[in-house]
Amino acid sequence: MSLDAKIPEGPLKDKWTNHKNHINVVNPANKRHIDIIVVGTGLAGGAAAASLAEMGYNVKAFCYQDSPRRAHSIAAQGGINAAKNYQNDGDSTYRLFYDTVKGGDYRSREANVYRLAEVSANIIDQCVAQGVPFARDYGGLLDNRSFGGVLVSRTFYAKGQTGQQLLLGAYSAMNRQIAQGKIAMYNRHEMLDVVLVGGKARGIIARDLVTGEIERHSAHAVIVATGGYGNVFFLSTNAMGSNVTASWKIHKKGAYFANPCYTQIHPTCIPRSGDHQSKLTLMSESLRNDGRIWVPKKLEDVKAIREGKLKPKELKEEDRDYYLERRYPAFGNLVPRDVASRAAKERCDAGFGVNATGEAVYLDFASAIMRYGTTEAHIQGLHNPTQDQIRELGEKAVENKYGNLFQMYEKIVDQNPYKTPMMIYPAVHYTMGGIWVDYNLMTTIPGCYAAGEANFSDHGANRLGASALMQGLADGYFVLPYTVGDYLANDIRTGKIPTNSPEFDAAEKEVKDRLERFINIKGTKSVDHFHKELGKVMWDNVGMARNAEGLKEAMAKIKQIREEFWKDVRVPGGLNEMNPELEKAGRVADFLELGELFAKDALDRNESCGGHFREESVEIGGEQEGEAKRDDANFAFVSAWEWTGNPSEAKLHKENLVFHDIELKQRSYK
Amino acid sequence: MNLTLKVWRQKDGKAKGELVTYQIKDVSPDSSFLEMLDMLNENLVNEGKDPAAFDHDCREGICGMCSLYINGEAHGPGRLITTCQLHMRSFKDGETIYIEPFRAAAFPVIKDLVVDRSAFDRIQQAGGYVSVNTSGNTQDANSLPIPKDDADKAFDAATCIGCGACVATCKNSSAMLFVAAKVSQFALLPQGKVEAKRRVLNMVKQMDEEGFGNCTNTGACEVECPKGISLENIARMNREYFSAAITSEE
Ligand SMILES: Cc1cc2nc3c(=O)[nH]c(=O)nc-3n(C[C@H](O)[C@H](O)[C@H](O)COP(=O)(O)OP(=O)(O)OC[C@H]3O[C@@H](n4cnc5c(N)ncnc54)[C@H](O)[C@@H]3O)c2cc1C
Ligand code: SF4
Ligand code: FES
Repeated sequence: MSLDAKIPEGPLKDKWTNHKNHINVVNPANKRHIDIIVVGTGLAGGAAAASLAEMGYNVKAFCYQDSPRRAHSIAAQGGINAAKNYQNDGDSTYRLFYDTVKGGDYRSREANVYRLAEVSANIIDQCVAQGVPFARDYGGLLDNRSFGGVLVSRTFYAKGQTGQQLLLGAYSAMNRQIAQGKIAMYNRHEMLDVVLVGGKARGIIARDLVTGEIERHSAHAVIVATGGYGNVFFLSTNAMGSNVTASWKIHKKGAYFANPCYTQIHPTCIPRSGDHQSKLTLMSESLRNDGRIWVPKKLEDVKAIREGKLKPKELKEEDRDYYLERRYPAFGNLVPRDVASRAAKERCDAGFGVNATGEAVYLDFASAIMRYGTTEAHIQGLHNPTQDQIRELGEKAVENKYGNLFQMYEKIVDQNPYKTPMMIYPAVHYTMGGIWVDYNLMTTIPGCYAAGEANFSDHGANRLGASALMQGLADGYFVLPYTVGDYLANDIRTGKIPTNSPEFDAAEKEVKDRLERFINIKGTKSVDHFHKELGKVMWDNVGMARNAEGLKEAMAKIKQIREEFWKDVRVPGGLNEMNPELEKAGRVADFLELGELFAKDALDRNESCGGHFREESVEIGGEQEGEAKRDDANFAFVSAWEWTGNPSEAKLHKENLVFHDIELKQRSYK
Repeated sequence: MNLTLKVWRQKDGKAKGELVTYQIKDVSPDSSFLEMLDMLNENLVNEGKDPAAFDHDCREGICGMCSLYINGEAHGPGRLITTCQLHMRSFKDGETIYIEPFRAAAFPVIKDLVVDRSAFDRIQQAGGYVSVNTSGNTQDANSLPIPKDDADKAFDAATCIGCGACVATCKNSSAMLFVAAKVSQFALLPQGKVEAKRRVLNMVKQMDEEGFGNCTNTGACEVECPKGISLENIARMNREYFSAAITSEE
C-alpha cells in the first residue's frame, strides 16, 4: 500500500478552507442511517462523539473507566494554546504553526500543523460558550500565561486543572447527546479488536468489564481516540489504565504505526522513592519559571547529602552547579523539555544525583523567594526589612503562584519545599508517535480514524507544552466532523452493518481464544512482574539516551520477556466476571509487542531529533559540542511501520517530509 | 510497617459480602495507600488467591475514580485528599485498617470495593450542560466579559471530580453537594443563565429518582470532599430551585 498523506493542493493557508469546500457532505436525513463508533472519550474522542452526534449520526462511544469524565485528559494541569493574540504580543496563526514545527524538531507534517494553528482560536470560543471556567483578569477578560519557552503568551488555563475543565466541557456536550439518544455510551468497556469487512473498518469487539461478556458492535466508521502509550515504560505520568491496546489491535489489522520511538520525557516530575512505586507525578513546567536547578559540584558533598549529614541549604553558592545556567546561558532553566531532561540525566549518571536512588536533582526556590520578598517589601514600603521579613513575604508570593503544586509535592514527599529545595527527575510523559494518519486523520485502514494522542500527526519529535489539549479538541471538534463525513458520503445506501457475518465471528473467536489463553497459562508470576521487567529495559536502553548496541539488546530482551510472559504469567479469576488482572494481562501483552517495535524504530533512526537522542549522533567540536545532531539529509521522513506478524520484522514505509513554508534550522539554546 | 487489613470482599452485586482479614508486612511508609493495596494483591496472586478489586486510574487526585471508605471515613483520614493521595505514613505500625466501598443505595456494589456510580452520569445528562453546538461558530470568547469574582466562584464549583465521597459520608446518602456544584457553576456564568431554571429542576428530579436521600444540612459532605466544594453551593442551589419551582411554566 502506498503512503499518500492526501495533503490538499494550494497555498498552506488556504488548504483547509479549500478542502472543506470541496469534500462531500452527507445530507441530514441520511446521517440518521449511519453509525459511527468512537473508542475513547478523552478530549479527542469526547469532542468527536459530541460533534458527530449533533450532526445527526448515531454514535456509539466506549471508555474503560466508569464514566467518560475520567479519561486521562482530566490530569492535564498547565493549559491549552491558541493563537488568539489577546495579549497583543504579535501572536498569529503562522507563529503558532512555526513554533510547533520548530519545537517538533522539523519532524511533523506542515499542512496538519498549520490547520491545527488555524482552528486553535475557535477552540477557546467553543469552550467558553460551553461554560468552561477559564482564568480571567480583573477586566473580566481571559487571562494567558506563557509556557514552554515560546516568546508569546498564548496559553489559556483554569488554575492547575485545565484538562479537567476542558474534559468536563466535552463531557457535558456528550451528555446533551446521550440524553437525546444520539450517543449510546458504553462505560467500563474495552475495545479488544477492530472488525474489517471488505477491507473497511466496520465494527469492533469489546469486552464488558463488569460482566466479562464479549460484545459485537458494528458501524460504518471507527474512530480510535484512546490516548498515548507511555505506560510501556511501566512508570510514567499516565493513568494506570492508559494503554496501547486499541491502537495496537488496529495496527495488527493493517494500520501503520508511525514513529513509535518519539517519546517525551518531562524534566520536572517527582522522583521515584522506591520499588513500591506505581506511577510518577508531574510537577507543572511553570515551576521552571522561578526555580533554579542544581546539583552539588563535589561528589563528597553528594555523599554527605545522601547520608543525611549535610543539608542542601547549607551548601555554599560556589559549591553548587547550576548546570542548565552553565550549559545554556541564553535559555538557562527554561530550555525545552528534552534538553532539560537529558542534562539532568547527564549529571545523575556522573554520580551527582541527590537522593538515595541517585536519580534526583534540586529545583530551588530560595532565590525566587528572596527576590519576590524584596519586591513585596518595596511595595509595602518597608524600609530596612530583615532577611526573615523578606523571606516571609517572598514565601507568600511564591505560595500565591504555586501554592497548590507545593502542597501536592509536600503530600507525596513529606518535605516542605518552601524550606528545602524540591527534588525532581525526568519521567515519561507523552508519546508523539502513534497511529499513522493522512490529512483526514484516516489510518491506512479505510474507514478507521485515529485522533488525539493516539495518532502521530502534529508534534513531530517533540511536543510543546499546552499543545496536546489543543490537538485533541481540534481533531474532535473541528477536523473529524468534516473528514469523516467525506468518507461516509459513499455509505448512504449501505444500510446497517450486520454483526452475524463471518468477519465478526472470526474476530470474536480470536478475542475469546486469547482471553482463555491468559487464564489457562496458570504460571507463577503476576502480570505486574512482567510489566516492571519490560519497563526497566525500556527505561535503561530506550529512555533518554539511546545507542545501537543498547537498542539491539533491548529488542532481544523484550522478546525474551514476552516469551516468558506467555509461558509463566498467572492470571487469577475467570472470564465472565470483573477481572482487573485479566484486563492488565491483555494490555501488558500488547506493550510487550509494541516495546520491541519501539526499540526497532529507535535503532533505525540513526539521528538525534527532539525527544529521540542517539548517542552516535551528536555535534562534535565548536559551541554545540555534545548537543543533539539532526540529520535532515537522511531522516526527514515519518517512519510508518506495517505489521507483518512479528514486531522485529515490521516493514518500514517512509513518508517524506517536505517543507515549503519553513526553513530547517538547528535548534540552539546556548 | 506491618499491618492488619480488614477488606470488604464481595464476589458480585448479588453475593453477600464480608470483611476478610489479611496480614501485610514490610510496607514502606512512603508508599501510597493504593500502592499498599497493589502489594496486597501481588501477594494474593502469588498465593493463588483472588486479588481485591478496587477502582483507580490517575492516582493523582483528579479523575475521581478511587473511592474507598477507610476506617470509617470516605477517602480515609486526612482532609482535601482522595484515596490515591493518602500515604501510609498516616498510619501506625501494627495498626488494623478497615477498607470498605463507598456505600449508598444509589451506588450498588459491583465487586469487592468497586461501586456503580452511573447515577451521577444520569444526573448530569438531565441538564448539566449548556445547549450549544460544537460548530466553532460561536462568538469570540472575549466578547462577553465575566467578572473575575464570578469566574473564580464558578471555577471553584467546577472542580468537583464526581467521586461520590459526599454521598458515601452523608448519613442520608444525599447527593446535594455534587448536584449543587454543577448547578452553581452554570448559575454563576452568563452562558448558563438561559437554561438555569430547567437545569436545576431536571437535575434535582433525576437525583430524587436515583434514590439519593434528602439533605438535612449536617455538613459532613463538605468536610470529606477532596476538592473543598463548599456548602454555599447547596444554599445557592436551593435558591435556584425554589425560584425556578415558583416561576416555572411547566
Ligand atoms: C499529568 C499530565 C499532564 C498534562 N498536562 C498537559 C497540559 O498542561 N497541556 C497539554 O496540552 N497537554 C498536557 N498533557 C497531555 C494531554 O493531557 C494528553 O495528551 C491528552 O489529554 C490526550 O487526550 P486523548 O483524548 O488523546 O486521550 P485520553 O484523554 O488519554 O483518553 C483516552 C480514552 O480512551 C479510552 N480507552 C483507552 N483504551 C481503550 C480501550 N482499549 N477500549 C476502550 N476505551 C479505551 C479511555 O477510557 C479514555 O476515555 C498532560 C498529560 C499528563 C499525563
Ligand atoms: S462534591 Fe466533592 S465529594 Fe462530592 S463528588 Fe464532588 S468532589 Fe467528590
Ligand atoms: S485515582 Fe484518580 S482521583 Fe484517585
